[in-house]
Amino acid sequence: MLQIVKKQEMSPRNAAILRVSMVFAALIAAGVIILILGYNPITVYSKMIEGALTNKYRLTQTINKAIPLVILSLGVAVAFKMKFWNIGAEGQLYMGAIGASYIALFHSDLPIYIMLPLMMLAGILCGGIWALIPAVLKSSLGTNETLVTLMMNYVAQKFVNYLQIGPWKDPKAFGFPKIATFTDNAVLPKVFGIHIGWIIALILVVVVHILLKHSKLGYEISVLGENPQTARYAGMSIPKILLVSVLISGGLCGLVGMMQASGIEKTLNEGISGGLGFTAIITAYLAQLSAPVILVVSFLFAVLLQGGTFLQVALEIPASVAEVVQGVILFFVLASEFFTNYKIVIRHRESADAGKEAAE
Amino acid sequence: MNFLTSLALFLQIAVQGGTPLLFGTLGAIMNERVGHLNLGVEGMMMFGACMGYWAALKTDNAAIAILVAGLAGMLCALIYAVLTVTFRTNHTVTGLVTTIFGTGLANFIGKPLSTQALPRSFTEQLAAVKVPVLSEIPVIGKMFFEQSIYVHIGILCAILLYIYMKKTTIGLKMRMIGENPAAADASGINITLYKYVHILLGGFLSGLGGAYLTLVYVPVWKESVTGGQGWIAVALVIFSTWSPIKAIFGAYFFGMLRGLGFKLQNVAIPLIGTVPSQFLDMVPYVVTILALVFMTLRKKKENQGPAALGLPYFREDR
Repeated sequence: MLQIVKKQEMSPRNAAILRVSMVFAALIAAGVIILILGYNPITVYSKMIEGALTNKYRLTQTINKAIPLVILSLGVAVAFKMKFWNIGAEGQLYMGAIGASYIALFHSDLPIYIMLPLMMLAGILCGGIWALIPAVLKSSLGTNETLVTLMMNYVAQKFVNYLQIGPWKDPKAFGFPKIATFTDNAVLPKVFGIHIGWIIALILVVVVHILLKHSKLGYEISVLGENPQTARYAGMSIPKILLVSVLISGGLCGLVGMMQASGIEKTLNEGISGGLGFTAIITAYLAQLSAPVILVVSFLFAVLLQGGTFLQVALEIPASVAEVVQGVILFFVLASEFFTNYKIVIRHRESADAGKEAAE
Repeated sequence: MNFLTSLALFLQIAVQGGTPLLFGTLGAIMNERVGHLNLGVEGMMMFGACMGYWAALKTDNAAIAILVAGLAGMLCALIYAVLTVTFRTNHTVTGLVTTIFGTGLANFIGKPLSTQALPRSFTEQLAAVKVPVLSEIPVIGKMFFEQSIYVHIGILCAILLYIYMKKTTIGLKMRMIGENPAAADASGINITLYKYVHILLGGFLSGLGGAYLTLVYVPVWKESVTGGQGWIAVALVIFSTWSPIKAIFGAYFFGMLRGLGFKLQNVAIPLIGTVPSQFLDMVPYVVTILALVFMTLRKKKENQGPAALGLPYFREDR
């Protein structure tokens, strides 16, 4: 008879090996799906890598995708650590972009060294406040944050669409529904050919790592995530921890909105996120909410995304293949967690019966 | 057109808009009644929508297309069930990944389908049927008796699910698992089997909901055709207090909001003027949030969900 038994915790090294091998198993499984759908998985994978890494332009594109993914994942991780399921990164990104664009469009005469910090601040505030709404609802009434954050994504996206077609429409665009391109003083400067978001992302990885692992707030967040009762008995102010950390979470996502608008699109539009807010949930979870691992995982996922985009252009294979592969990878990693906590033992019925007799 | 006729038309449209939500909500209810919070409904609807459309193009047979859509939803549900039931993974994360996977796969397979339209011979099979006499009833006649058979399947599923849950022993056992899995286990109910069966059936219903969009409502395949209706369906479960009958009203109410959005476009409202269409599009999502808040404010005992919802059950942990 098969029986599932809890086992001693696996060593971090073995757990890491298991995770990595699961990712490879997932790539094989996704390859089988690709094969069933009528494409050659080896071509698909090799073209993806080719499209993401093999020349300077492609690598730049990959890093351009990795930057927002890293920061969004950090934002999501701060909330997830507390078991606050912030699925609203997408919406917080949009709101951040709206805030930053307001500064860029309506105060366009500011000098660049005031303009950019002000845009960042506006992005962080708008994203943070947008995230604060479900947090306040949760802490005061107990409303389920998963669904509220999700719904707010759609509200934010429609709002961007409204601005684009309505009040912020560029009058010089010959009736075409788009928002004016930012002036040069509202565009993030480039360092080594990539907008300085990459430096900000690296700094934030360190900051969030310190915040989560070596600060009082980080400790409180993990206690609250593990067991709210313990947090209460220890005299922690649960609403305060919740609101502050959700503000950080949403603020980081809002900052990404600013960076995407200023560094990539140089304007505000609906395509500013490209679903990265959802991918960030996967990357944060895969990285086990650890900031340094998020950096690595986000880069790998950026390769996957950029590779998918390349496939669409080069081979006319739909870019959504990247989402399929992402999904399969996480399915496998989720399943593998079971084996880090449990083991399956084969027990013979006779011996179990014999044991019972002996006990009697 | 007089007021009663336009009201009848409006209600007819509300029911049509609410039907995909009804299927999704019923699917989510089945999941939640066995204690599983399934955020994969959106993905299962997407995959059902895509595969149903694919089968419709291939076979030109409505029954087969609907069946394929259900099976597609079921396939996604199977992944979710294996992970959450057997491997005991976190429901929230697993559900989200099911949605990302299902949406990705649907958009992938569906890419070449978006240029093909359903033949007339197919759409006629699911066209609205005018029931003689009954459809002439003022106001509600069109709502119920001039609809596609697909709409009636939705109502039928809700009624059947209600009878199953409230009047049969198996249904009672199923509800017990959601309330107290340990007690259900002790009384000899095969929890794993029950969970698998109901999660899979829930996936089947969700798949049907997605395919209603591509086969009847829209009716073409386009990328991300469900547009978040799967999430609204999950929220509707709370709104309808886990009851299939109330789900009918909840779903049609949201269908009405959607219809209202179409109606109010370019219509000047006194004091406000014309409301931009984007704000009208926001209404279902905002109302969902308000409904969630309202339900948490009104904490009545009979309005609560299954007690063990979202909690993994480890037999060995007892």
